[in-house]
Amino acid sequence: MNDLKKIASEIRGRIIATSHNTRTPHLGSCLSCTDILVAAYFDTLKIDPTKPTDPNRDRFILSKGHGAAALFQVLGMRGFYSEGMLESYGEDGGLFAEHPPTPEHLPGIEAATGSLGHGLSIGLGMALAGRIKGQIYDVTVLLGDGECNEGSVWEAAMMAPIQKVGNLLAIVDFNKWQGTGRSEEVMELGPLVDKWRAFGWEACEIDGHDMGALRGVLGQPRTLIGKPQAVVAHTVKGKGISFMEDDNNWHYRIPDADELAAAYRELGLKL
Amino acid sequence: MRNAFADEITKIGASDSRVVVLSGDIGNKLFDRFKLKNEGRFFNCGIAEANMMSVAAGMALSGLRPVIYTIAPFTTTRCYEQIRVDACYHNVPVVIVGTGSGLSYAELGPTHHSCEDLAIMRVLPNMTVLAPADEVELRQCLRGALQINGPVYIRIGKKGEPVVPKMQQKFAIGRSMTVRDGEDICLIVAGTLLPSVMQAAEALDALGISTRVESFHTVKPLDEATLGAVFGRCKVVAVVEEHSRIGGLGGAVAEWLARQSRPNARLITFGTDDCFMHEVGTQTYAREKFGLTALNIVSKVKALFNRASV
Repeated sequence: MNDLKKIASEIRGRIIATSHNTRTPHLGSCLSCTDILVAAYFDTLKIDPTKPTDPNRDRFILSKGHGAAALFQVLGMRGFYSEGMLESYGEDGGLFAEHPPTPEHLPGIEAATGSLGHGLSIGLGMALAGRIKGQIYDVTVLLGDGECNEGSVWEAAMMAPIQKVGNLLAIVDFNKWQGTGRSEEVMELGPLVDKWRAFGWEACEIDGHDMGALRGVLGQPRTLIGKPQAVVAHTVKGKGISFMEDDNNWHYRIPDADELAAAYRELGLKL
Repeated sequence: MRNAFADEITKIGASDSRVVVLSGDIGNKLFDRFKLKNEGRFFNCGIAEANMMSVAAGMALSGLRPVIYTIAPFTTTRCYEQIRVDACYHNVPVVIVGTGSGLSYAELGPTHHSCEDLAIMRVLPNMTVLAPADEVELRQCLRGALQINGPVYIRIGKKGEPVVPKMQQKFAIGRSMTVRDGEDICLIVAGTLLPSVMQAAEALDALGISTRVESFHTVKPLDEATLGAVFGRCKVVAVVEEHSRIGGLGGAVAEWLARQSRPNARLITFGTDDCFMHEVGTQTYAREKFGLTALNIVSKVKALFNRASV
């Protein structure tokens, strides 16, 4: 667990440095889901970075595509590509945009996201494909709470239980904010756990920064036929950096040199 | 046409276990045989087209060959962004079938008309766009579509469209079918107006104007070789489609023509006006309203031919 926490701190540092260097926004959204990504990619997913298209691999879709800066760092550190590639982040003619590209263009990516509300349906299609082809893998889809405004999320939520896709897991990175305000004030989001239950899902809530709790839900054995599972992960936007936590200005703000240094100090990292 | 689709996809599904059919809560009985022969590979996705499109993309990303079937406006305009991002951006083999295209469902009102689909599908990168004229072409188009490693849109009519015999030739996506040969005029059709176009051609021939007919079952990629040949040889080329005159095959041909230095022929396009049809009426009524009749084609094309021959 301590190793996972160390990795998460390292990833947070790289995300903030990249944001500073390349003026990439969505820092708050990246930091809220960092622990979930680290728990999945460094602990529970059945994946082999040297075989990114293995038919039996677990699939992970970052449906909240604006968390790409976090995913790019995680995939790089996990070995899907050389970490040096990330030095071209945001450069003209480079691969790393502000949202994930297609699997064809970057190994480790399962679906190009960025337009919200697509990932759960794509994941449902992948989960059904596993059943049709007789392949044993799990599909995890990470959604934002703001993303749950999209009607297509709930179309997928209605279809998954009727198809009994027991190999599908939806995690909501519930950081309580969306682009312009408190997510529970923009739309009637709550009661979020009950909503998933009412749609026929097995649902629970956890602390989305607790590596033990994340291992518990992400690592839980799944079956091809059964109830799909939804996890509402309570998170803090900007998690890990005191002056960014729960401050929605960091949805778009870029840290200056002093803020970068302060963030590194808090993370216990050397610049 | 839709019965032919159900029959053909059942046959293809029986020999290719990657083929999956997704329907938007229509045609349930239509697919009874598919369900029987291909257990576990039919999904009624309910009235939720956006989700259905992305589910299909997820399946295609996992090596399956999903085929989506619902009424044309709901499988195109309703879920356009899912088509653009999930099918086209990923460039995965999703076959999207729009049934009741054009004015097939004239009586149901403009919510069910589909006179924009060719335009909005054609502009998408990686997309192949097909408009078969009859059930023979539909079966060929469907088999061809399932060989393509990218998204395909097929617009079909409803049922009972007559089959029009073509000249002996090999079918290929991207190559038009010559229906009859002629020298002076070429009538190009995309879709089920082919019988009216054949009537027009016969009437023009009777007036001593030799008329060729080409069935452009493939709207994209455009068959530029055939266009080059007919624009070089004929005096008038007419494009006829049950689609807006904006952006369909007529638009595609006009774009191509603008790039040619010295085309011999003049272009005229027949399609629906830039409006919603507020009057109630059958498909025949609607076609007449927009001048999509043999009579109107003959009169307009003949006038243009006479001017071009002076």
